[in-house]
Amino acid sequence: MNKLGQTPSQTVGPYFAYGLTPEQYKFDHTSLATPVLLDARKNSQDAIILRGKVYDLHGEAVDDAMIEIWQVDQEGKFQIKPHQGFFSIGRMGTGTIEGNWFEFTTCIPAAEKQGQAPAIHMIVFMRGLLSHVYTRVYFEDFKELNQEDPYLKLVTEERRSTLIAQKVQESPVTIYEFNLHMQGENETVFFDY
Amino acid sequence: MDTTQNQRDWTSHPPLIAPGYKSTIFRGPSQNLITVPELMKPSSGPIFGLESVAPLDHDLTKNGIKNGEPLGERIVVSGRVLNQHGQPLKNTLIEVWQANAAGRYVHKRDQHHAPLDPNFFGAGRCVTNEEGIFKFYTIKPGAYPWGNHPNAWRPNHIHFSVFGPNIGTRLVTQMYFPGDPLLDYDPIYLAVPEKARERLISSFDMGLTEEGFALGYQFDIVLRGHHSTPFENE
Ligand SMILES: [Fe+2]
Repeated sequence: MNKLGQTPSQTVGPYFAYGLTPEQYKFDHTSLATPVLLDARKNSQDAIILRGKVYDLHGEAVDDAMIEIWQVDQEGKFQIKPHQGFFSIGRMGTGTIEGNWFEFTTCIPAAEKQGQAPAIHMIVFMRGLLSHVYTRVYFEDFKELNQEDPYLKLVTEERRSTLIAQKVQESPVTIYEFNLHMQGENETVFFDY
Repeated sequence: MDTTQNQRDWTSHPPLIAPGYKSTIFRGPSQNLITVPELMKPSSGPIFGLESVAPLDHDLTKNGIKNGEPLGERIVVSGRVLNQHGQPLKNTLIEVWQANAAGRYVHKRDQHHAPLDPNFFGAGRCVTNEEGIFKFYTIKPGAYPWGNHPNAWRPNHIHFSVFGPNIGTRLVTQMYFPGDPLLDYDPIYLAVPEKARERLISSFDMGLTEEGFALGYQFDIVLRGHHSTPFENE
């Protein structure tokens, strides 16, 4: 049987803000997904901040990337019904926090499948990226689980650290930092799902 | 199980570094992507349904109105979202954004010296129905200049963002218009392998055209994935 050809990808371009992340950029249009996945007022115990920057080959922090994260909740389920206190998809452009940060309020997810370590899916879209790329955010706290994680095992030892978020603050809220390097010495590992 | 059918087909997608499009040179990853074995891939994800769209979200000719009608040529864009076996994908959320008829985006950073239209916002969303069909109304976007090379102009296009049954089917793309002379000069369009390029060009459709109101353009979207995918989340 002849399969239909896939519709090709094209760059998200520089002007996604009012279409994909309008509330963050203060446009009068509702956002489908925001930088807040976890309602911290209801779940303050579990809330974490995941933040980072996207660096290009020259070491410049990109100010027009759109980061989308996908994750299950602490029970291992995808949730996108509002009012449950948790939403499985987050989006943020790097153009509104000085220094060009993305910053999500979320929780550490359950492992998605048995034998895996907890991880957040991350998709990078930006001007200059013709096809989006996927990476995975692991947490430094889960050293043993990370050691056994089947995705991390696909990656050479020396590049694995590009996939581990570092805890940079413990309280009042735990902050993890995960920087993306599109190219250069510490080029982030991207997966082809 | 055919273990290749969920792969992103790199003979259909543009490469991560395409020197004609200058910013790819320092923004596209240079190392090979890590291939994930089929059975390890995430097979489910959240499904956005009709509750994700508001009543005017699919009508860009109305959702930005302040004091009158937007300027430009009204069009209606419709098509089907399918998997590679031709099966329709229902409940698929599509987001669109575009320049106005003069080639200007409402984005604050767009410095193109062309007028904003007070009655046109340029963004919307819709969800496919049981037959995988989507439809939205808008204004035909204008071409606009950009800084990639001297006298660079983007062909008329509408940006699309599409979810699908799982994270692997996520797609961001651009829809073009038939017969646009700028396509031959556009490094973003030309970065797509030649055999796959015309999949990005909508076709004019008299059947979709609404008498006295809007010209119709047909644009089908094919997401990767095998035949069981659309039913996994039911
Ligand atoms: Fe554009």
